[in-house]
Amino acid sequence: MRSGIVSYGVYIPRYRIYPAEIGRVWGQDGEAMGRALGVEAKSVPAPDEDAATISVMAARRALARSSIDPEDIGAIFVGSESHPYAVKPTATIVSAAIGATPVMTGADLEFACKAGTAGFQSCLGLVNSDDEQIPIRYALAIGADTSQGAPGNALEYSASAGGVALIVGREKVIAEVCLTMSYTTDTPDFWRREGMMYPSHAERFTGVPAYFKHVEMGARQIMEGMGTKATDYDYAVFHQPNGKFPLKISKSLGFEKKQIIAGLWTPKIGNTYSASMMMGLAGILDIAKAGDKILAVSYGSGAGSDGFHLEVTDLISEYPRGKAPLVSEAASNGIEIDYATYSKFRKKLKMEGE
Amino acid sequence: MGKLARDVAIIGVGQTRFGEHWNLTFRELGIEAGFRAMEDAGISSSRIEALYTGTMSSGLFLNQEHVSAMIAEVVGLTENQVPATRIEAAGASGGLAFHQAILDVASGLHDIVVVGGAEKMSDVVSNVATEFVASGADQAWEGLFGATMPSLFALMARKHMHDHGTTKEHLARVAVKNHAHGAKNPLAQFQREITMDMAVNAAMVADPLGMYDCAPSSDGSASLVLCDMKTARELSDNPIRVAGTGQGSDSLSLANRKEITSMRSTVAASRRAYEMAGIGPDDIKVAEVHDSYTISEIIAIEDLGFFKKGDGGFATERGDTALNSTITVNPSGGLKARGHPLGATGIAQINELVLQLRGDAGDRQVKDANIGLAHNIGGTGGTAVVNILEVV
Repeated sequence: MRSGIVSYGVYIPRYRIYPAEIGRVWGQDGEAMGRALGVEAKSVPAPDEDAATISVMAARRALARSSIDPEDIGAIFVGSESHPYAVKPTATIVSAAIGATPVMTGADLEFACKAGTAGFQSCLGLVNSDDEQIPIRYALAIGADTSQGAPGNALEYSASAGGVALIVGREKVIAEVCLTMSYTTDTPDFWRREGMMYPSHAERFTGVPAYFKHVEMGARQIMEGMGTKATDYDYAVFHQPNGKFPLKISKSLGFEKKQIIAGLWTPKIGNTYSASMMMGLAGILDIAKAGDKILAVSYGSGAGSDGFHLEVTDLISEYPRGKAPLVSEAASNGIEIDYATYSKFRKKLKMEGE
Repeated sequence: MGKLARDVAIIGVGQTRFGEHWNLTFRELGIEAGFRAMEDAGISSSRIEALYTGTMSSGLFLNQEHVSAMIAEVVGLTENQVPATRIEAAGASGGLAFHQAILDVASGLHDIVVVGGAEKMSDVVSNVATEFVASGADQAWEGLFGATMPSLFALMARKHMHDHGTTKEHLARVAVKNHAHGAKNPLAQFQREITMDMAVNAAMVADPLGMYDCAPSSDGSASLVLCDMKTARELSDNPIRVAGTGQGSDSLSLANRKEITSMRSTVAASRRAYEMAGIGPDDIKVAEVHDSYTISEIIAIEDLGFFKKGDGGFATERGDTALNSTITVNPSGGLKARGHPLGATGIAQINELVLQLRGDAGDRQVKDANIGLAHNIGGTGGTAVVNILEVV
């Protein structure tokens, strides 16, 4: 059996802010902005949530769906662009919280919105290596973010929070990875410098030369490598910076809406950055059946894409999805907040002593 | 006085598509338009005796000045140490470069010259571009107080509305018309039509100007080959003659003008060009005017004498400026839809007239076009250049 996903778990903070409310504060037609971006609402982390707590929740849920002993997890990679510490790994916090320490390795990764899938690839490499050389049975790849958007910036309408954890291994695999390849260039479309609170972006340059080029090339090289075409896939999922880009790229690659709708979650919860494509993949695994073929392509600004051809195995029929919330469950029952509460939760208010 | 010493004609035109050329540098844009113009003229670069380049702000956008030598080098003109001159007059840089090249050839100094215009704006984000564009206004008396180019044109629009009953719908009509024209221009940045609803209800930029009242930021380059009429007849079957050229100035700041619903620079430049051509506004069939904002087009078609002062908005509403109506204004799509790479705009306007007068303008061809006028302004009208072309 090829290596792949053994188990997965997702976490989405409960709070939601709507485009109309953001627009109200900034004197913009928020509803029109939401429609233009294809974002109905975005998730907002509570004041006591961060990329570490979100990662822990997602990891615990992945473990809840499996019989894996956490001590058998030999590597944990947490991909995020909102690690709570600049120096001190989120990965160790997660490791301790789930009981995977101490005989293991781990690291935090950053590649804008695709650090989670870069971790997924690293995990595949580790579990595929010779047992005598690198004795790692299972590895955990997490994409989690409490992403930042400057007040008043267009990003504020979409930058949300959430996390996805994938347990990767060679045994008990529910979705095999048949091929993964990346497409990477030095393209400065979006960045946040050390010490800066909010990211900067190059506006429309983030579109055609950045997202579309890299996602398209990432998808095409996977289909070329596998000898597949769009119609060969049951599902496809692409990074979702907003609700519109994935629709546009999937159409240009020849996919129909019915192939991507199961993995399209940004319209409901916003862009969860490092978790974005992985959330879509989780949404697909929530309903996939044995034999289903999935094309998954993440995108990270700066810029690159990680493409995956996955095939769902027979073990999916015994996989206890119900032991943790499906994406549809995690995304529902949001609690609406106003911009003032949002400002408090996102720590935009300067407090006494600060 | 008021005459050229010898006849001058255009024998070749070339343009890049205007838009967001993320993958092309200023150099590459210049090369593409330059070679297209030389190819159209059927001459090699060894025949070129001088180069004029209109560029507004390569220093701010790219930190690169001295672009005349750069363009001369990349199109092979430095082999013969060809004189290369860069002209700057904000958004009128292209039109003024053309004007200067006409004077050069008419003087007898050179027989064949290339005139180019180019700008690369997409390397900076929009608020930075807005600042750079505002450098074409008066920084001491306008910029320092926060005025941007759209806010200054918004003042003009408000005054025009107050004095003449011009409406926001009139402004929107300009954008809708120019987008309809741009939809027929394969080199335009926006080749799509817009509706009145889209234009009227677009996001506000500077009240009363919304998004569709403003020309975009663009990358692009346009070029043409100009020569004396004797040489033109030897090299070309369809040279387009320069019938008249005029330039005018006005105060840099709006505050120093008695009137802001008219640009004295445009009025003066057009009267000088009409006089040289021996014609009047009624003789013009097709015009490319400087619609950096929709209000600019309304003011321009009044100042150029096509319509009386105050009637510009109403004339647009009547459809008098649409393709093949009373006078076709901006068949290329204008700055609004063709795009506005500052220094390239003035040359692109001339190129459009050349295509129209040759009968090569495709779906946007103005019927029986024999005389055309191009109007190019810098900033809020501190500089205006008007050129009149005719079929030989």
